[in-house]
Amino acid sequence: MKTLDRKLLRDLWHMRGQAIAIALVIVSGVATFIMSLSTLHSLQLTQATFYQDYRFADVFVSLKRAPEALRARIAEIPGVDKVETRVVTQVNLDIEGFSDPVRGQVLSIPDEGESILNRLYLRQGRLVDSTRDREVVLTEAFAQAHGLKLGDSLHAIINGRRKALTIVGIVLSPEYIYQLGPGDLSPDFKHYGIMWMARKPLGTAYDMEDAFNDVVLTLFAGSQPEDVIDRLDDLLEPYGGLGAYEREDQISHRYLSEDFKQLGQMATIFPIIFLGVAAFLLNVAATRLISTQREQIAALKAFGYSNLDVGLHYQKLIIVVVLVGVVGGLGVGVWLGTGLSEIYMQFYRFPFLKYELQPGVVMAAVVVSVLAAVFGTSNAVRKAILLPPAEAMRPEPPAGYRQTLIERLGLQRMFSQPTRMIARHLERRPVKSLLSVAGIAFACAIMMVGRFQEDAIEYMVDVQFELAQRQDLTVTFVEPTSGRGLYELQSLQGVEHAEAFRVVPARLRFGHRSYRTSIQGIEPDGVLQRLLDAELKPIELPPAGVILTKHLSKMLGIRPGDLLTVEVLEGRRPVREVPVVALVKEYVGLSAYMERSALNRLMHEGNAISGVHLSADIRYESEIYTALKKTPRVAGTVARENAIRNLFDSFGDTLLIFTFVNTLLAGTIAFGVVYNSARIAVSERSRELASLRVLGFTRAEISYILLGELGALTLVAIPFGLVIGLGLCAYIASGLQTDLYRVPLILEPSTYAFAATVVLLSACISGLMVRRHLDHLDLVAVLKTKE
Amino acid sequence: MHTSTDSGNIVFQTLGLTKVYDMGEVQVHALRGVDMELYAGELVVLLGPSGSGKSTLLNILGGLDIPTDGKVIYRDHDLTRSTDRELTEYRRYHVGFVFQFYNLIPSLTACENVAVVTEIAKKPMRPEDALAIVGLNDRLDHFPAQLSGGEQQRVAIARAIAKNPTVLLCDEPTGALDSTTGIVVLEAIERVNRDLGTTTAVITHNAGIADMADRVMQLSDGLLAEQHRNKQKKSPQQLHW
Ligand SMILES: Nc1ncnc2c1ncn2[C@@H]1O[C@H](COP(=O)(O)OP(=O)(O)OP(=O)(O)O)[C@@H](O)[C@H]1O
Ligand SMILES: [Mg+2]
Repeated sequence: MKTLDRKLLRDLWHMRGQAIAIALVIVSGVATFIMSLSTLHSLQLTQATFYQDYRFADVFVSLKRAPEALRARIAEIPGVDKVETRVVTQVNLDIEGFSDPVRGQVLSIPDEGESILNRLYLRQGRLVDSTRDREVVLTEAFAQAHGLKLGDSLHAIINGRRKALTIVGIVLSPEYIYQLGPGDLSPDFKHYGIMWMARKPLGTAYDMEDAFNDVVLTLFAGSQPEDVIDRLDDLLEPYGGLGAYEREDQISHRYLSEDFKQLGQMATIFPIIFLGVAAFLLNVAATRLISTQREQIAALKAFGYSNLDVGLHYQKLIIVVVLVGVVGGLGVGVWLGTGLSEIYMQFYRFPFLKYELQPGVVMAAVVVSVLAAVFGTSNAVRKAILLPPAEAMRPEPPAGYRQTLIERLGLQRMFSQPTRMIARHLERRPVKSLLSVAGIAFACAIMMVGRFQEDAIEYMVDVQFELAQRQDLTVTFVEPTSGRGLYELQSLQGVEHAEAFRVVPARLRFGHRSYRTSIQGIEPDGVLQRLLDAELKPIELPPAGVILTKHLSKMLGIRPGDLLTVEVLEGRRPVREVPVVALVKEYVGLSAYMERSALNRLMHEGNAISGVHLSADIRYESEIYTALKKTPRVAGTVARENAIRNLFDSFGDTLLIFTFVNTLLAGTIAFGVVYNSARIAVSERSRELASLRVLGFTRAEISYILLGELGALTLVAIPFGLVIGLGLCAYIASGLQTDLYRVPLILEPSTYAFAATVVLLSACISGLMVRRHLDHLDLVAVLKTKE
Repeated sequence: MHTSTDSGNIVFQTLGLTKVYDMGEVQVHALRGVDMELYAGELVVLLGPSGSGKSTLLNILGGLDIPTDGKVIYRDHDLTRSTDRELTEYRRYHVGFVFQFYNLIPSLTACENVAVVTEIAKKPMRPEDALAIVGLNDRLDHFPAQLSGGEQQRVAIARAIAKNPTVLLCDEPTGALDSTTGIVVLEAIERVNRDLGTTTAVITHNAGIADMADRVMQLSDGLLAEQHRNKQKKSPQQLHW
């Protein structure tokens, strides 16, 4: 080994505390980078493979009923490759030993025995035999949630008739990687199941023999999906077509895309912050190192080491620290990445997950970290390179202190001498002080990000379930029913209050923009389902006109007072112009609302309802469930309790892990910044502090001079950190504004307090570690050595 | 072996050497036109009051600094017209430096402090041999902090001579030492000059040391005020100050 490299290693060992603190920050940055990118790439790869191997469709459409003969016409549309017609129905399920209402969706498998599109991945057993009518295959998630095995049976209420079905296979589908029930906020594998039956028995039960109510198709490469969709919609209109949509709007695919977007976001923001802070710390440490080694640099140059040699020597030292951080970050990143992928696999039902660390990601991590470090320390290293050897041999001129603001204002008498020393020292290096403040502030901000998601979800649940939808149960009917349905349910034992609603699928159009959603007709003066304005106050429902979710109005570019074109996709499919009369705040979905009787009028129908919201006495829960299961017209029941519990069950663990990881990350930054500043302060000022000790200052007093400075920086940093944190959360929230959900920017006071506390604690811990150094300050040695 | 003084064999020649430090409001004239020569194999002592420009002159001779005006010729090279790269090469292969404050690298042992220089030289001694010349063969693995001031300065001399330089430039090598230790260090320098024939320039405040020189130059206020040749060279043991 070259002697200069030996020096490098010993120098590193000498400053190991600082080096480790900096490396930890780099570890954090690289780990988040590797974790999010490797998970993202692995998921994307898995998704692409699954889609391709199992022929995920490009275009989807549901309709009321069309004869099978129409299939050939669909296939003739230019651009269409393969077409598959299906029967898809919503059912109620009855599972032994589980009294909660369970909803399900049954899809048909062609009589040929296997689908050509959205093919099923067979995990266990076999696909259904088309000659037997009681066989069913289930998604793995649903089977697991209920412990169902091959050969077990379950009951489905198919078109009003209770039918026993035998499980012959456990499957996964590219169409249901993310398996969300209609109206649900999170996947609920216990209360919502997806299954497949042979086409013939399903068709027979729903009067769909030689007919279908759902089509999926693939397109030839290069064809225009919009054109195909237009032609398809025209073709299906007479058959009750509900509007075709592309893969981009398919619900499972949408959720995956949104999650991928978030992962991508995480792969940028966090590493940028961490590497930025690391670059700053490296710069501070390198600057200090180079200034203490001035005379060594002079000697090296005097003996014929070139400027470049000297520069490279310090650059190498920096790169060693970076590489230690990168290697550590790789390890931690892969570990976190596998963990994160496992979490995703709880929501995403892929047949397999190929977690792999792409060499490109590793390369990117190395290059980005090294570049950040080299760039961050270029100033310090340049100093070493440019240091004229003759000048370097004379000791550095004494630091130029000035009168501080305090003194210029004549306030010095209000402060003790040590406090004035702190102020002077801070003022002498404004940039460094500022950057330290920024570093600590970012620690605080990162801390807030971890808690933000939890706060936001809790808030959304509060608004959604405490203020807006206060029903215990929502019952939907198979078909619009007369108002009598309401009274039947109202009379069930244990039901306290019932409110009917009407839901109509519709395409809303304004100018050239349109959006497919549903219009909900709700009761005026309802106590269960209420609409809220921006201040979360219930809105008085106007007798006419339509109310839009704010986000929907933005998407359509429409404002209250404008006329909205409503194209109903049900019944006689009326097209009407309806004025927008108000906007409501909602965090999930994009609905439009009308007073129910107004919607009935728009539909030219009598007192029709689609379902009923109920509030009930919890003691009669199971009686109500049983009664509902026996009611033939009931298509499904959703219990609020389950929805909330499930939401927290599914996100709870994830949030906990995120908060934990974020705390750790924020801790490393806070610790890294404070510890580094402290160590450098000790090295810069040990002579001064030792002299003060000799002059009779106590340990506590000199600790105050040194640590007081760090305390001041930390205290200044916290408010900035809270503001930056708010900004960071706002930025993250801005990425979570989709038509699926909109995460509000909500931060509880406890989150601010928590972030500040973690930062203070980290600062205190590093302060204590440095204080040990101060307490052991060897007065004689310090004073003897020259700077 | 080299002859001790050979006027036909000039190693350094300076012509009107001037160095001005521009300090903004004031200009410090460190050298105001110095003309001098150094001959191969001779030992020259530079005397002069503080601030007279001794270090400045030595740094320019050693290629560490460039003059504001005037010329420095090293053998047949004009150092004043050399590029930074040529100056680095010049320092690497020709010059041995001994600093007043040793400038050892604290994280390297005595032996390594020498090795750091021999590694980049052309035909160096072994670091152990260089340390043996200054009488430190039993301190090879000591770090600078574990050595006395005199020992550190001797390591610095070993480091300077290990590359077999053509010139040895010492800036107050005994400045921080007591006279007994100083004599040991001076002996080391003298031995190198005598045995290896290295042209040597030593800066000092102590007129007493001048007696060991072949020639003595006196700087004063940036000018070469006086120079004379010693009729009788004394050995370091005979010096006192
Ligand atoms: N880098 C510099 N910037 C400004 N002035 C300088 C610089 N280096 C030297 N000087 C000035 O040049 C003059 C000569 O300095 P030099 O170091 O050569 O003196 P010296 O003879 O070696 O003194 P000493 O015996 O104290 O070491 C002094 O007045 C000094 O202040
Ligand atoms: Mg000097």
